[in-house]
Amino acid sequence: MTGAQAPSSPLVDLKLVFVTGKGGVGKTTVASALALLASLRGKRVLICEVDAKGDVAGFYEAPPTGFREREILPGLFAMTMDTEASLREYLKLQLRIPVVGRIGPLAKAFDFVATAAPGVREILTVGKLCYEARERHFDLVVVDAPASGHIIGQLAAPQAINDLVKVGLIRSQTDWMLKILSDPHSTGLVAVCTPEEMPVNETIELARRVREETTVQLSAVVVNRVLPELFGRQEEAVFHALGEPEPLGLLNELVNANAGPLLDAARLAVTMRRTRTTHLEVLRRGIDESVPMLYLPYLFTRSHGLRTTRQVAASLGEELGY
Amino acid sequence: MAVSSGRSQRRSSADPSTRAGKGRATGTSSAAKGSIDGLLATKEIVVACGPGGVGKTTTAAAAAVMAAVRHGSKVLVLTVDPAKRLADALGLDGIGNTEHRVSDDAFRAAGLKPRGQLWAAMLDTKESWDELIRRQAPDEQSRDEILANPLYQNISGKFVQSHDYIAMERLFEIHAEGDYDLIVVDTPPTRNALDFLDAPQRMADFFSSRLLRWLIVPYRSRLVNVATKPFYQIADRILGTEFLADISEFFILFQSMYDGFVERSESVGRLLSDRRTTFVVVSTLEAVPLREAEFFAEQLASRKLHLGAIVLNKVLPDYLRGSEGAAAAESLRDRADELAVQLGPVVAAAGAAPGDRGQIARVLTEVADSYLNFQMVALREMEERSLLSVAPDVLATVPFFDTDIFDLAGLVRLGEQIWE
Repeated sequence: MTGAQAPSSPLVDLKLVFVTGKGGVGKTTVASALALLASLRGKRVLICEVDAKGDVAGFYEAPPTGFREREILPGLFAMTMDTEASLREYLKLQLRIPVVGRIGPLAKAFDFVATAAPGVREILTVGKLCYEARERHFDLVVVDAPASGHIIGQLAAPQAINDLVKVGLIRSQTDWMLKILSDPHSTGLVAVCTPEEMPVNETIELARRVREETTVQLSAVVVNRVLPELFGRQEEAVFHALGEPEPLGLLNELVNANAGPLLDAARLAVTMRRTRTTHLEVLRRGIDESVPMLYLPYLFTRSHGLRTTRQVAASLGEELGY
Repeated sequence: MAVSSGRSQRRSSADPSTRAGKGRATGTSSAAKGSIDGLLATKEIVVACGPGGVGKTTTAAAAAVMAAVRHGSKVLVLTVDPAKRLADALGLDGIGNTEHRVSDDAFRAAGLKPRGQLWAAMLDTKESWDELIRRQAPDEQSRDEILANPLYQNISGKFVQSHDYIAMERLFEIHAEGDYDLIVVDTPPTRNALDFLDAPQRMADFFSSRLLRWLIVPYRSRLVNVATKPFYQIADRILGTEFLADISEFFILFQSMYDGFVERSESVGRLLSDRRTTFVVVSTLEAVPLREAEFFAEQLASRKLHLGAIVLNKVLPDYLRGSEGAAAAESLRDRADELAVQLGPVVAAAGAAPGDRGQIARVLTEVADSYLNFQMVALREMEERSLLSVAPDVLATVPFFDTDIFDLAGLVRLGEQIWE
């Protein structure tokens, strides 16, 4: 898992895509938009929320979802991961144990097993996702995955379990999961980032850990909330001149108001963009060249809801060349 | 001290000035109520929590720096987040699990002369678990066997859940050693931070669980007991007998430490609800993070934990909100061409530009559009603030800084904003 990456398939042609990122960078927005984009392109898509904040449905103006997936837009299904329900389903499907409901308080037994045998929670999550991808119930499964600090534990769980458990049912299960997760034409990871210092550092760190500790391929880095460039070089000179006492005084007179705050705001926007550009350069240098970077604009008008999801999906589509 | 196990005394050489400082910081403080200043002077543990991406780590670091600079306290800032954000925020590389003093040189370079001391540490899950085992193991042999157990290595290093508990455990341990006047803790994002609040209780429940007793029953007698038989049958089928035997071995080793673990995790839980501990919820004024912050504040209330303050971070400047500004922006945009003609000569006279009219018009339009764009965001922020459903004792607002905060000077600049 070192050196240059093997080429991976275009994002929407994968079967299983994990979307992660530092908290607050718009991870759920990007996951929702990617799922929407794929569904608009005729795919049967499942978006699964693993963080269990229960708000992914809100990105489509749909009521909250549960473990059982529900079609919320044409061709677009949503579900919320629930490891206990996943265990129940697993026992029923794989072990043909129908009496599961009756082994005492299942919840407690589950909690116990999950705590005692590390990685059970993670494996049930990843297992369910791989299962959906393998059985081809869907063309694409998009996962609104845990934040970058926690995704590694989840993606590395099958390998970790594989190292611990030498034989038995779990072993044969992790084998096929690993096969799916390691195939760059099936599975990919998308890291969402904003052009800010901390998210950039965390994304570079994430890329390194994904390469070293998991078998999953980093398929793309999505840079969210990129600010527009206000001025070209010459325009910037004009802008600076406008801020001098005499031009500003005249401008105030002409519009019969104080234009100072307007220039202040523009100055703020210019500085913000400039710092962000520096961070973007650091990001580009820190990420393997073969990993594509997709840029999404800062949305001023709305910050969440289906309108935003649609706008982001459109931008994402443009970036992917559709 | 809520709990002092014999072992916590091992650093008996704590310097006397620390104790003197402690008396000052924890005594019945006369500090004004309703300020961050007062909170930091009164409390021994400040837990910064809130959604991701709101500047929680930076805020925690800023509070710690301020307490060190202004109060003369010996302060530790402890980050429990897996990512190396605190190191970034303090401009330090590679601070590890051990507490590390931020040098006076670093303060001097930032033009500061702290009265107290600032220490920083990052939580290394694996190392902290090892330390805990070394402390709790009854003898050297059990200690070595546990440390070498493959199951233990996985629990301690790789899995998410163990992180939450060890963070609280570490906080407890540091606090129990009594080396600091104030410990400021940074936490993972909100929903994880809830796990982190529950972790001590979960750990106590886990180790006193009846199911755990079942699991460490010698293998042959398992299938005899009617009550536990179905559990083992299923567990065997899922995990395989060998793995189950590994688990048993691990927990049999662990058995010698159960009482200690249960007692400790209960003490950790008590420490969080102690009067000397407070929670500071950090958020921005964006809708989604703010709802999460409110949710967190409600959870604190329902657990009877102390909400010390809400810090609203990265708030856009006031000048974006005036109606006059909007009117000016409208006329700038609508009359850009005409204004450009009239401004041409003065702009040219002001130096830099050749004063091309089209260029001036474009600049005016951009300026106006940009103002209106940001105004929209600023108005949304104001609206969100007025809808805030919790009313904490302290509500601090930190303006948006146009440059990143990555050094001590920046932290003080931020700290000064939340201080009053």
